[in-house]
Amino acid sequence: MIEHLPALMIAVPLFGAFTTPLFKKKPRAAALWALSITAVTLCLGILLVKEVTTKGMMIYVFGASSPGLVLPSGYHVPVRIIFEVDAMGAFMALSAVLMSFIGAMYSYSHVKFETGLEKYYALLLLLEVGILGMVLTGDLFNLFVFLEIAGISGSALVGFRNYRGEASEAGLKYLIVSAVASLMVLFSIGLLYGEYGNLNMAYLSTQIGFNTVDIIALGLLFTSFAMKCGAVPTHYWVPDAYSEVPAGINPTLLVATYASLYALFRVSFSLFGKVTLTMSSVGWIMSVIGVLTMFIGVTMALVQKDVKRLMSYHAISQTGYMLLGVGVGLTVINDPAKMAAFGRDAMAGGIFHIINHIIYKSLLLMTAGALFYVTGTRNLNEMGGLARKMPYTTIAFIVGAAAISGIPPFNGFASKFLIYETSYQLNPLLAIFAMVTSILTLASFVKVFASAFLGPPVEKYENVGEVPKPMVAAMLILAALCILFGLFPNIVLNKLVYPAVDALLNLSGYQTWGGVL
Amino acid sequence: MNEVVLVNLPFIVVALLLAVGFYTIGFKRNLIKIVIGVEILEGAVNLFLIALGYVKGAYAPIYTMAPPQAENNMVLPTPQALTLTSIVIGVAVSALMLAFAVNIYRHYGTLDVIKIRRLRG
Repeated sequence: MIEHLPALMIAVPLFGAFTTPLFKKKPRAAALWALSITAVTLCLGILLVKEVTTKGMMIYVFGASSPGLVLPSGYHVPVRIIFEVDAMGAFMALSAVLMSFIGAMYSYSHVKFETGLEKYYALLLLLEVGILGMVLTGDLFNLFVFLEIAGISGSALVGFRNYRGEASEAGLKYLIVSAVASLMVLFSIGLLYGEYGNLNMAYLSTQIGFNTVDIIALGLLFTSFAMKCGAVPTHYWVPDAYSEVPAGINPTLLVATYASLYALFRVSFSLFGKVTLTMSSVGWIMSVIGVLTMFIGVTMALVQKDVKRLMSYHAISQTGYMLLGVGVGLTVINDPAKMAAFGRDAMAGGIFHIINHIIYKSLLLMTAGALFYVTGTRNLNEMGGLARKMPYTTIAFIVGAAAISGIPPFNGFASKFLIYETSYQLNPLLAIFAMVTSILTLASFVKVFASAFLGPPVEKYENVGEVPKPMVAAMLILAALCILFGLFPNIVLNKLVYPAVDALLNLSGYQTWGGVL
Repeated sequence: MNEVVLVNLPFIVVALLLAVGFYTIGFKRNLIKIVIGVEILEGAVNLFLIALGYVKGAYAPIYTMAPPQAENNMVLPTPQALTLTSIVIGVAVSALMLAFAVNIYRHYGTLDVIKIRRLRG
């Protein structure tokens, strides 16, 4: 049972995705079914993380009993589809299953009055499958297939409210971006296959050298994944997609974005590990893109009036922190002294920020969804005085806003502090930009808080009350996680984050499938 | 010279198709034409994969009625398998894109991307 965990992580949500449309006449049943499937996947995910962190990398081969098995003809390179789960993949898988569960719980009430709910939940589960496949696989073509699954189901969900033209507009934008990005991924897969005749990432990373085709493939993969994770200058789809998608999908869609970020890290550290080990410019490019992303994202956020759009621009800006943290680590990867001094901590900051950001940004987007649920608008100028009517939402919003601004003792502080400290040692300018961004973030959330929750009560919203219980529960779970991760960052860092960092840095371990070969 | 061009002809076509596809996505204003641009890109990538799968002097990996000299001289059919998968995915993508385009036309009354800009700022 335990050794089949990687396959079950895909099989269970996929089974759920194809059975959910059967509940066509009973949207309640579809919601409960999807909720239970995500709950089962959450349990499997926790088991997987436990297994990987205690026993090391897991290898799962489809169609053979052991990964080292060769073909009858004696052909000695890996040809089978292989799932290669190291601590980094398990970390991302945990974020995915947790956020799908929270999203399904929130959706139970949030989209109650929409039609076509069985398709909504089927797509939610399909999106989860796409993310899990991307982060667990060890095969380059598999990565492309799951990237497309996540892209298609994600954009269908963005356009879910098809009675709004804007939703279709945002969905089409997201779909075109993801289609072009994944086609370029496929093109570079073709380049690498034509050159080395294999698709296994571990095997390819032992072969890849410094010739022009490899560098072109690296450039294409880097650009495509940066495009799909919303880095500047290809960030334009993020605010549209995040603000039009129903708030219950936001957590999962966020993880889908960071699955592309994971693929970017995997490409830079594992697939092209031999190249980036000697070319520190890749790390510099990543850090500079990170700084630009965080700064441009936050300056765009300051002027927004639509509450979800404002938060989406912050999502872009926070992605910059992750790119900066991991980019700093990638820059000094060839220098063991600097790596030990600050590189490893910088990467830990960047990777810790992924899960922190997923938690607090989902929380914030859910509070925005709650505001939309009771007021029917997303325009900040039309809201006001909602704090007394919606106490739980207000508490959740305050926790989320404090966490995103990096105020102790919330989780955003823990990871941002690691990033400030370490990027300062590479170049003080990087740290200054990171801090200024944080201050601007606080400024814009003070604005949201003042205009939505404070102020005189608006007559229109005389009779509104707190949102239904499942939504409150989903928000409070995330708020509690924000505080817990902020109070005990050491436990999370030691149990989850540092193993993930070491897994990314352990190139030879990845190439030999954790010593199986 | 002629030989070099002939051998690389599929790859030259791929490069041309990629250029046409990116041009269509970037500069055309009609949504349907943008969808066609994505399709052209996909065709280019599929052609690239198929062209990679051809090995001169080797045989197609079909055992039925294979000539004796094909023994141990068959190509690995991975690129063909990749292409089939990619075609299937491409159908899903284009169907969804066209569905979005229809829905956008219903709500906006136009397919001109300059006018379809309610989301901005």
